Amino acid sequence: MNTAVLSVRGLRVEFPGLGYTVQAVRDCDLEVGAGEVLGLVGESGCGKSVTALACLGLVPAPGHASGSIKLCGHEVIGNTERALGELRGGTAAMIFQNPNAALNPFFTVGHQLTHPIRLHRGLRRAAARAAAVEALQAVRLSDPELALDRYPHQLSGGQLQRVMIAMAIASRPRLLIADEPTTALDVTVQAQIIVLLRELAASTGLTVLFITHDLGVVATLCDRVAVMYAGTVVEQGPVGAVIGSPAHPYTGKLLGAVPKIGQGRGELASIPGQVPNLAAPPSGCAFHPRCERASSSCEQQRPAPHAVEGPHLAACHHPLAPTAAAAGAR
Amino acid sequence: MSESPVLAAPGRAARLRWFAVRNPLFLAGLAVFVLVIVGAAFAPWIAPYDPHAIHFADKLVAPGTPHLFGTDALGRDIFSRIVWGARTSLYIGFTVLSIALLIGVPIGLFAGYYGGRLDHLLMRFSDVFLAFPPLLLPIAITAAIGPGLFHAMLAIAVSWFPWYARIVRGAVMRVRGELYITAARAMGVRHAWIMLRHALPNSRTPVIVQASMDFGYTILAAASLSFIGIGARPPAVEWGLMVAMSRSKFLEYWWTAAAPGFAIFVTVLAVNLIGDGLRDLLDPRHGSSQ
Repeated sequence: MNTAVLSVRGLRVEFPGLGYTVQAVRDCDLEVGAGEVLGLVGESGCGKSVTALACLGLVPAPGHASGSIKLCGHEVIGNTERALGELRGGTAAMIFQNPNAALNPFFTVGHQLTHPIRLHRGLRRAAARAAAVEALQAVRLSDPELALDRYPHQLSGGQLQRVMIAMAIASRPRLLIADEPTTALDVTVQAQIIVLLRELAASTGLTVLFITHDLGVVATLCDRVAVMYAGTVVEQGPVGAVIGSPAHPYTGKLLGAVPKIGQGRGELASIPGQVPNLAAPPSGCAFHPRCERASSSCEQQRPAPHAVEGPHLAACHHPLAPTAAAAGAR
Repeated sequence: MSESPVLAAPGRAARLRWFAVRNPLFLAGLAVFVLVIVGAAFAPWIAPYDPHAIHFADKLVAPGTPHLFGTDALGRDIFSRIVWGARTSLYIGFTVLSIALLIGVPIGLFAGYYGGRLDHLLMRFSDVFLAFPPLLLPIAITAAIGPGLFHAMLAIAVSWFPWYARIVRGAVMRVRGELYITAARAMGVRHAWIMLRHALPNSRTPVIVQASMDFGYTILAAASLSFIGIGARPPAVEWGLMVAMSRSKFLEYWWTAAAPGFAIFVTVLAVNLIGDGLRDLLDPRHGSSQ
């Protein structure tokens, strides 16, 4: 049972402030198996990005992570800077939301792309450059040789995100953490990047933790999905099961809030209430103040994740009934 | 998916020319400074006399044909001494700045990058050296370790490094939160590399500008120390010392003080103009919009 590339157990990340502590992640459990593409979805501020950073031991100061995060069996939390240096980039690499800011504007693309390759694969300058060209070809950037000698501002956002993906895969990591990699790109480029990631995952067996708030992307790209709310995973399971027949009311509302083209100009569906203040999260189930199905037990007792059907888990006292459509699909 | 061609960036030389033509003051400063450097480099060929040669017969000769700037109380040719003195001044400028940068830049880099307690410790340590009036600390240091030009330079450098530490710290702190630092960390890049390759280059421009401005002040400060008798000592050839030696006579023999004083003034001004120009040249927000 050690096939998990990433295994997060009881992760808590806290940011101490003056007189309060923000609990950005509260008892988060996640597992990503080898070769799997897991989508991590949730609203802004639910702890997705902090979870991702914690996986590389990069929780920004003064934040503090506790619990357990294992990358291919190596513990991240509390490990030495030296060991983490090997894991970062070598075992797990990360790409970010805004590719325009992810490269230093003062240095050429090649300069920044070759350094991690030399670091993790121990190649010399010329060999590292060849490996960089190869990686740029793998992400299908036209004219890789030319791109290496350009400065970041001379490339477009989509090209830069390809460069970032090339940088990530060039060191041959097992896991790629993609933190909303398409959010800053326009729709057609988004689609290209998604297709690229899907092909890379399929052809190289790369494991991907894909963080997004776009359920459409999850449906096309991911094998499994985990829904995060107020710093904890409320529902997870195979994409078809979760999206086709959500068990947690939050997932149901989230799916209902996706606007559809051709739906007409009616009022857009939204979830009443506000995202909870993580300095003082609600008692019991964090979603209960916004939930129609909430009862007194939701207020008092935090629901544990339980199986809805097979690998489909939900943490809810009053899960939604399986929909007819989903039942029919199975 | 072909990319649109990228315009070739204008060459460095072309940019410099474009800039210089629009900044006559920078050009003037540069010309004077080049003159000082040439004077220092070719002193033995340019100076008509030996700067140390004493001719009591020709003492305190007014500026004129054989002695361009006249002679001093010992009959030494002032023009030759000024040409040779350029060597001393350049040596002072480069040495003081090198020492100050060598101390200040690493302190600022560590303080800015790591922040927190280390930042406090390093910056408060630096502040101690800023708490003294500008000339008092060099006086105290030279009084403690003995007078002499090198000690004076060391003393000036020690009283100046906190400025560089502050500049570097500020520039490093500004980039510390950038995404590309996090991205580099996520790729397993080590702190030392990030500090040297990502954080430090960001402080390059303000440091170069500040250093070029300070170059003149180091000459001035060294001259001041020489003037009050704790810097260069005779028979060293140094402009401040020349002014100091003429102290008792310059009311009647004005050229003994005016010539070296003017040399100091012109050099410091030139270096300041260069510093101003560099700030505009290196800062993209200034230069190109004009």
